[in-house]
Amino acid sequence: MGEVILTMKDIDKSFPGVHALDNVSFELQRGEVHALMGENGAGKSTLMKVLTGIYKKDSGTITYDGKDVEFTNPREAQQAGIVIVHQELNMLSHLTVAQNIFIGCEYMKGTMIDDARMNAESTKLFERLNINIDPTETMSKLTVGKQQMCEIAKAISHEAQVIVFDEPSAALTESEVSELFEIIRDLKKKDIGIIYITHRMDEVKVITDRVSVMRDGAYVGTLISENSTKNDIINMMVGRVIYEEPKTASKVPKDAPVVLKVEHLNAGRLVKDVSFELHKGEILGFSGLMGAGRTETARAIFGADIKESGDIYIDGKKVEIHSPKDAVKCGIGYLSEDRKRFGIVVQRTVAENSTMAYLENFMRGIFINKKNERMEAEKYVGSLAIKTPSVNQLVVDLSGGNQQKVVLAKWLVRDCDILIFDEPTRGIDVGAKSDIYKLMNELVKEGKSIIMISSEMPEVLRMSDRIVVMCEGRKSGELRIEEATQEKIMHLATMEN
Amino acid sequence: MSRQIQNILGSSKKIIQRIGGQKIVVFLIVVALFGFFCIASPNFRRYSTTLSILDYSYYIALIAIGVSFPLITGGVDLSIGTGLICYSLIGGYLVVYQGWPVLLGMIVCILCGAIIGVLNGILIGTMNLPAFLATLCTMMMTRGLGSIFSTGLGIPWPTAGDEGGWFRTIFKLNVGNLKLPLGFLWILLLVVLMSFVLNHTKTGRYIIAIGCNKEATRLAGVNIRYYYILTYVISGVFAGIAAIAYSAIFASVYPGTGAGFELEGIGGAIIGGVSMTGGVGSIVGTLLGVFVICILKTGLPFIGLQANWQQIITGIVLITAVLIDLMRNRQGTKSVTTVLKKQ
Repeated sequence: MGEVILTMKDIDKSFPGVHALDNVSFELQRGEVHALMGENGAGKSTLMKVLTGIYKKDSGTITYDGKDVEFTNPREAQQAGIVIVHQELNMLSHLTVAQNIFIGCEYMKGTMIDDARMNAESTKLFERLNINIDPTETMSKLTVGKQQMCEIAKAISHEAQVIVFDEPSAALTESEVSELFEIIRDLKKKDIGIIYITHRMDEVKVITDRVSVMRDGAYVGTLISENSTKNDIINMMVGRVIYEEPKTASKVPKDAPVVLKVEHLNAGRLVKDVSFELHKGEILGFSGLMGAGRTETARAIFGADIKESGDIYIDGKKVEIHSPKDAVKCGIGYLSEDRKRFGIVVQRTVAENSTMAYLENFMRGIFINKKNERMEAEKYVGSLAIKTPSVNQLVVDLSGGNQQKVVLAKWLVRDCDILIFDEPTRGIDVGAKSDIYKLMNELVKEGKSIIMISSEMPEVLRMSDRIVVMCEGRKSGELRIEEATQEKIMHLATMEN
Repeated sequence: MSRQIQNILGSSKKIIQRIGGQKIVVFLIVVALFGFFCIASPNFRRYSTTLSILDYSYYIALIAIGVSFPLITGGVDLSIGTGLICYSLIGGYLVVYQGWPVLLGMIVCILCGAIIGVLNGILIGTMNLPAFLATLCTMMMTRGLGSIFSTGLGIPWPTAGDEGGWFRTIFKLNVGNLKLPLGFLWILLLVVLMSFVLNHTKTGRYIIAIGCNKEATRLAGVNIRYYYILTYVISGVFAGIAAIAYSAIFASVYPGTGAGFELEGIGGAIIGGVSMTGGVGSIVGTLLGVFVICILKTGLPFIGLQANWQQIITGIVLITAVLIDLMRNRQGTKSVTTVLKKQ
């Protein structure tokens, strides 16, 4: 750690109807990794957008490298040495890696783009970062993790002094995260200041030096990472203690009836001969690395993808599921990992979204009974603590956690007995996370059964009664919660055939 | 031994990937269609038939090359069909009724195209209108505008004997008794030029980038408003050049026509591998796609199928092309999962 490179003082920013930033101050030193934490909607991203010139601040000062600055667009910030690695990957899928890295500042040879030089420079960059990526590969062919590495390489190619990481680890596997941390440590050594936005508590200790917390658009405080506990930070974020310990024993009786039985399921290259049972009142965790075939298995069961062979039994009876419609009829609900694409219709209201899967129950003749719809939606807004001004609010205006709760409401309205949660807490804040955990526990108490696919090991260990581990499209093992440890799961998840 | 064969297969696969699988397929379709009609109909085998295929292909090829650029940004330009008639009517009016030199009339055609292109670009890039809507409006506007200049009758651009009739030889040169399809040469040159623009200049790179992810391109500091305008100017200018080709091939230009040309151009581009979702496409592919449409259009009457059938079959070919595009996209995501799996 060294001299202060960036100071943001009394930053204020309002949008129509929202006071997004309320006199926020923030300071960053050279060679420091400074975590910025807070629930969704706390204003972290807004603050960073003000810094990099995407938004214009209403008042306050930004001092960078000893000078007062105000950037009017991201490019100016970039040229000054402040770059942001965005949460949603900004990749141009049909261009090559090198073309992506140099987008906006291509090397030219006359009027011609010098692709050869860009490839060579990219190779050099990757060497510096110790990562192995072919610069001529098309971007869409890389894994999410490698794409993230490219984003970082891009940031460094601008000779950055300050790099903002906006939730870089949200979509990465464990091994990719440790690769990322190596790179961040390397950047630290080069005296670059790093702002690290994250929701993951366990990362704070591992990689950051200080942690600043924001809540409801205001600055709450800064802690030295080493001397603070998880609970300290969570308390600052939400103002209450909510951390739960991992589950040690399953409450599901051994002889609980089997509600769902899958036998020898095959679908595509990522689902090979998968068999498992789900008991009544159980949370069955699905663990594994990214691309192990967990989501594909869920989609095949749900009828969203075509399955090649295999039998599905519900309550002991064999059922034919060829489409999501069949699955819903059988009482299966599926919460997609990608809620923006498959989970909700963002441009419609909370009420419309929550009745989407069970509209026939809200019909009066050929008309939708709007009053019933609203009442039902209001019931779930209350019980799920969805933060929304009214059920007529467009879903697009809600925060990620609350959007996820709307998806949940949709399947609860339908009263499904078997719920598949695919990465239910990805990218949502701690408060909403614990709400969703609580809800899942209530659901199983009511006698529903849950399959939970999750890439977060602590989540799997905290919630599951049993854990199925997948590797390369096959089920590589099954663990009872009493015997499960992170090491055992990792071992199964990386097993080679 | 088997390894050697594998190596050869592997390297040829690489070459195919480099050129682009779809281009090769479309090229083979062009050859197959041509061959089929040659076998099926003796009349089709004549040189004059090939000439007329080429004649009718020029203006469609030109608008198809132009419209490839909006398509690659993920947009579309519907104003090119009625636009090309409109520009031709305006240019023709100035030449025939106002006595302007033909060269000036041609320049007016291109300028008009550029102006409509700027308008489209501003509506789409700056005012954020959906491309379909914006260009649907300019399509109607150009249709009306063209009719104003025509006073309801067709406008005949100068013919071979007249003063200024030379411009028709730009596309078809008579050497003695032999008619040379000179236009094809210009089309090839323009294909080479625009391929270069698409693949090796900033303009092309940013047009592809916008098609991949508009917001990401903007955040990379690219002035996307400017490139939107440029995209639609390219499309408009090519509609202007197409207007010249159209005037040179046909005796007279009639108002009220031209609606539907844009669909043949867009259809050609899509058959040639330009993706409707943006980010993917090649100009060579577009040209090949246009020839699929033009050979069908000229060839089907030779085997006794009339206009109605041509349209039905062209529609089927288009559906097939779009389905291939969709399937390819799905394969794309699949290959991502395979890579993921390997990790």
